[in-house]
Amino acid sequence: MTRKVLATAAALAAYLVAIPFLLRDSPYLLGVVTTASMLSFISLGVWLTFAIGRINIGQAAFALIGGYVTAVMTTAAGASFWLALPASGLIAALLALVIGWPILRLRGVYFAMLTLSLTEAVRLAALNLAGLTRGATGILNIPPPGPLALFGFVLVPGFSAGNEDLAFYYLAAGTLIAGLLLIYRIDRCRLGWIFRSLRQDEGLAAGIGIDVAKYRMAAFAICSGFAGIGGAFFTASQQSIYPSSFTVPDSIFFMLYCFLGGLSYVFGPVAGTFVLFLSFELLAELRQYQTLIYAMIMILAMLWLPNGLLSLRMAPAGLGRRIPTPPRRP
Amino acid sequence: MILGANYALIALGITLIFAIMGVLNFAHGEMYVLGGFVTYYLYGLFGLNYFLALLASAATVAAVGLAFERLFFRRVLRITTREESTMLLAAGTALLLDSLSLVVFGEKQRGVPPVAPGVYHVFNAFVPAGRVLIFVLTLGLIGAFLLFMQYTRPGRGLRAIAQDKEAAALMGVNLDRYRALGFAIGAALAGVAGGLLVTEFAVNAGAGTPITIKAFIMIMIGGAGVVSGAMLGAVVLGFAEAVGYFFIPGSVTYLLILVGVIVFLVFRPQGIMGRPWG
Repeated sequence: MTRKVLATAAALAAYLVAIPFLLRDSPYLLGVVTTASMLSFISLGVWLTFAIGRINIGQAAFALIGGYVTAVMTTAAGASFWLALPASGLIAALLALVIGWPILRLRGVYFAMLTLSLTEAVRLAALNLAGLTRGATGILNIPPPGPLALFGFVLVPGFSAGNEDLAFYYLAAGTLIAGLLLIYRIDRCRLGWIFRSLRQDEGLAAGIGIDVAKYRMAAFAICSGFAGIGGAFFTASQQSIYPSSFTVPDSIFFMLYCFLGGLSYVFGPVAGTFVLFLSFELLAELRQYQTLIYAMIMILAMLWLPNGLLSLRMAPAGLGRRIPTPPRRP
Repeated sequence: MILGANYALIALGITLIFAIMGVLNFAHGEMYVLGGFVTYYLYGLFGLNYFLALLASAATVAAVGLAFERLFFRRVLRITTREESTMLLAAGTALLLDSLSLVVFGEKQRGVPPVAPGVYHVFNAFVPAGRVLIFVLTLGLIGAFLLFMQYTRPGRGLRAIAQDKEAAALMGVNLDRYRALGFAIGAALAGVAGGLLVTEFAVNAGAGTPITIKAFIMIMIGGAGVVSGAMLGAVVLGFAEAVGYFFIPGSVTYLLILVGVIVFLVFRPQGIMGRPWG
């Protein structure tokens, strides 16, 4: 127990103190870690839908929705970023409830294909609702987050040119830690067992008195809320959003990150995102061969580690717990 | 009509792979693009006979499909503990082919000269002869495929696996060999479709993903894993597209189609012809 606490504390210290300290002079590398953190956060949401046994390829749709909510709120309505960020998550989650009610009845391949189409549908909607989203030109010049004050007491100073990289880093890191704690908590409490029972057999779960529709919608809404917050973050950090900011390949990437990290571990999506995204950035030297080699790495990883990177038992203490896998149905 | 028939080829290929392997082939659009490029090089650049080029497209893409099946899918199907993994592997292969064709073929739009010169005059409408040829070829291929599945020994074996693979294995069907065959045929269909459509629409390296999405829509409408459903879905999508493009701008058409599909699946989750799944 003590060792676990120590290891977690060490990892946290490295993440929150050592990395920003070492990378303070290279905004590019810090930006890479920031992006990886936020992508991990979005992938964590996808992990939750994997936990209920659905393959969700629609995460980019909700990230795009969240991004546009923030963009519209901060430019047209002039609201603060700190109001827009949770609002983006909330609106994405609410929309997920509305859309999820019908589509969560689908299973397996149908659900996967439909969520994939959903990503495309949201992109087209953003392209065509020109009144709200300004169509293909996108929304530009989104102001950086201002100061966050509560009862006249400044909690977070405004993001300005000097401290921007570090500020976004800590925002992403804080969000990721909060998200990880939430998902970890969900996984460990009764809700986690309910989700796992849904994955194994929905009929049986209903038979022992679980409101299947309610819980799978809850999982989908949390998942999409994560995507909304992630989309809002990227909109603010890039100060722009286009219909093509989040598209089908992004959705597929989120799913792959989860998968390569290991679906049986809460820490899986984080590990998968960091390893894959960092290796992608390291391959940037190779120019046009970048995606090619990247794809090969991914396929090889799937061939040799079909149950995820963390099946190597490298999971940080306390987070790497195996969920009993169901026997494969004939 | 021509679009619908060609879509049917694509949908048939993806359906075949899905029915036999339980693998949703994400790389189908990319295979289609590959087929288009092979035809472009052989017919458009080197002036080879169009039919030979078409055959070469089919053979190349079938070889790619075979290699994927042998090297990747077989191993993962054997060792994985979760059924999702084959799908993710397919997504990985799609990415691989996509980037590969970008590196090899470049990002330029490629078109070929028409296959047959002249136009036919049918009921006050002018129909280019090349288009008629392609339509006839497509129908012929679909017919040949259906006859093959219905009446030949390998076709029977494939259908048996699609129905029940344990029972098929007990009846002496060599699962490994037939799976490879099914994957190769499915891929070849995508390759031929690419070779046929490259004469109508130009092909470029990024065209794969939209085609994959279209293929998914078709089998969602028709029902996954059912041959008749795939064809019906293709015809429905082809018509919806043609009518939509005529009346409203393109991207709105697709938005409406996608929304329509979602609403449709709420009422009939297994598609028109499909059996309940999962």
